[in-house]
Amino acid sequence: MNDTTETLSVDTADMPPDPTLTAAPTAMKNARETPEEAGPGVIETKNMDVFYGDFKAVADVSMNFAFNEISALIGPSGCGKSTVLRSLNRMNDLIPTARTDGEVLYHGANIYAPGVDPVEIRRRIGMVFQKPNPFPKSIFDNIAWGAKINGFKGSKADMKDLVEGALRQAALWDEVKDKLNESGLSLSGGQQQRLCIARAVATQPDVILMDEPCSALDPIATLRIEELMLELKENYSIIIVTHNMQQAARVSDRTAFFNVELDTKGQRTGYLVEFSPTDQLFTSPKEKATEDYITGRFG
Amino acid sequence: MATGSDIQDVSMEEQLERKRRPLDTFIVGSLFIAGAISIAITLGILWELGSESLLFFTDEVVSIGSFFTSTEWSPQAGSFGIWPLILGTLLITFIALLVAVPVGLSAAIYLSEYASARVRNFFKPVLEILVGIPTVVFGFFALTFMTPLLRSIFGSTVGFFNVLSAGMVVGLLIVPLISSLAEDAMAAVPNSLRQASYGLGASRLETSLRVVVPAALSGIAAGIVVAMSRAVGETMVVTLAAGASPRNFSLGEDSLFGYILSPFEGAQTMTGYIAITASGDISYDTIDYNSIFAIGLTLFLMTLGLNSLSRRIVKRFRQEYE
Repeated sequence: MNDTTETLSVDTADMPPDPTLTAAPTAMKNARETPEEAGPGVIETKNMDVFYGDFKAVADVSMNFAFNEISALIGPSGCGKSTVLRSLNRMNDLIPTARTDGEVLYHGANIYAPGVDPVEIRRRIGMVFQKPNPFPKSIFDNIAWGAKINGFKGSKADMKDLVEGALRQAALWDEVKDKLNESGLSLSGGQQQRLCIARAVATQPDVILMDEPCSALDPIATLRIEELMLELKENYSIIIVTHNMQQAARVSDRTAFFNVELDTKGQRTGYLVEFSPTDQLFTSPKEKATEDYITGRFG
Repeated sequence: MATGSDIQDVSMEEQLERKRRPLDTFIVGSLFIAGAISIAITLGILWELGSESLLFFTDEVVSIGSFFTSTEWSPQAGSFGIWPLILGTLLITFIALLVAVPVGLSAAIYLSEYASARVRNFFKPVLEILVGIPTVVFGFFALTFMTPLLRSIFGSTVGFFNVLSAGMVVGLLIVPLISSLAEDAMAAVPNSLRQASYGLGASRLETSLRVVVPAALSGIAAGIVVAMSRAVGETMVVTLAAGASPRNFSLGEDSLFGYILSPFEGAQTMTGYIAITASGDISYDTIDYNSIFAIGLTLFLMTLGLNSLSRRIVKRFRQEYE
């Protein structure tokens, strides 16, 4: 597995051939300007439905997430934005009744195709959760652990470099460099969340999913995470779910607005209303529902 | 409910005055007494053990020194060294843990991390039924199944009474204790840690063994200590299967693994000696009879030590996620 760490370098354009995930190394250089015309992005969903048992949580989601952008998913509670996020790296598999229909393409390969190992998906598409969840291990081990299970075989010195690099990328190094052996739980909430981001970064994914990463943090810690996301998008593609419209406006390149509708049986099913460049969505939304939501008329 | 007219008659100070609640006082008092009874019983046992032990230790035949240093227990010959009995107890406890820790822990990991709700709902009660089986049944199981089985495997080096058979069956006896306490500890590990692990690309086995088990380790360790004190105190199985002769030994002369620590020989345990002596026809106020209180006191202190150890471990565990 040593080549995993090697191949998942920041340059996503030369993904290696993989038995389960055949790469589609299309030129992505102009991805940020015109994502629609640039061809497939890093992750693409096609007519994706997600069910929990008989309950259809989201219906018919087709989206194209561009390389090295921050994409924000917003919408009222229960609109399925977290469900969509968690289906992008098969975290929903952990819920026994969850089922995903349609396609989710990662570098062109369907991650829901039979025979795909969800563990391999999650090694490439990392995740940061709503509540900071460091392991009850030392700060150092919190970061080293993910790299170890991903087949890191370097020397002790290499591991130290990796940990330092990850902590620097997460803008946490200066605060913790003298207490790497202390428990990750000894840090403040904001520091813990940056530790979790460092931990995700250390496994060298190329996409990072963030599920309301700032909802448990104070405004100052939130600001730091936002700055961090802007730095990270140089190297990673980031997809973030947020309750906070200002946050989406501040950090994201493109924003998706989800809404929820009641069907005849009284089930609440979420659906994608529009997915547009962020400035456009907030200034001149295409849809009436989007405008109502961002102007605070509901939600 | 106070209505408008009530408020006019009674001043606000009186309305706000603390009311007497005799039923509450009575119930709180009863709860306190119930709690106090268990403490009183413990103290009573300690008093009884202590005073009777004092009779034993003040007898001219024994001295406290030889009781805690001598390696020969032959009441008929006037030798009261507790080490052979402690040896029997420790050997059986060790063998029991050797069986129970791997089996109990594996069962706990399976139930907590792998089993579907349906499987778990079936297995947990079944495991707990094991706890309800009278230990005398386990004793017969050791004597009539385990010992013949061991003899057919290892030949006649295995004595009819032997600590291996007794220890293994005591191990089976404490498996449910370890598995249910360890499973509780693992179920208490927040799901967010499992998600973090899966989110980093860990497999289920990596998540179970390297995230969940370490996070639950203090709780698991406390469970093992509780099971250990259960094994130390187990009486019926060892009385039936390990024999009634203390394994008297002399360090240096007897072979350490051939005899002193041999699993194939029988050995009387502290509890086994107490059970046989207390139910035998030895009259009160003899030195033999008083000796069981001294052993009881030693046993009490051993399990007390183990219990306070487990409390300390659990306390550490509580602080882990804060």
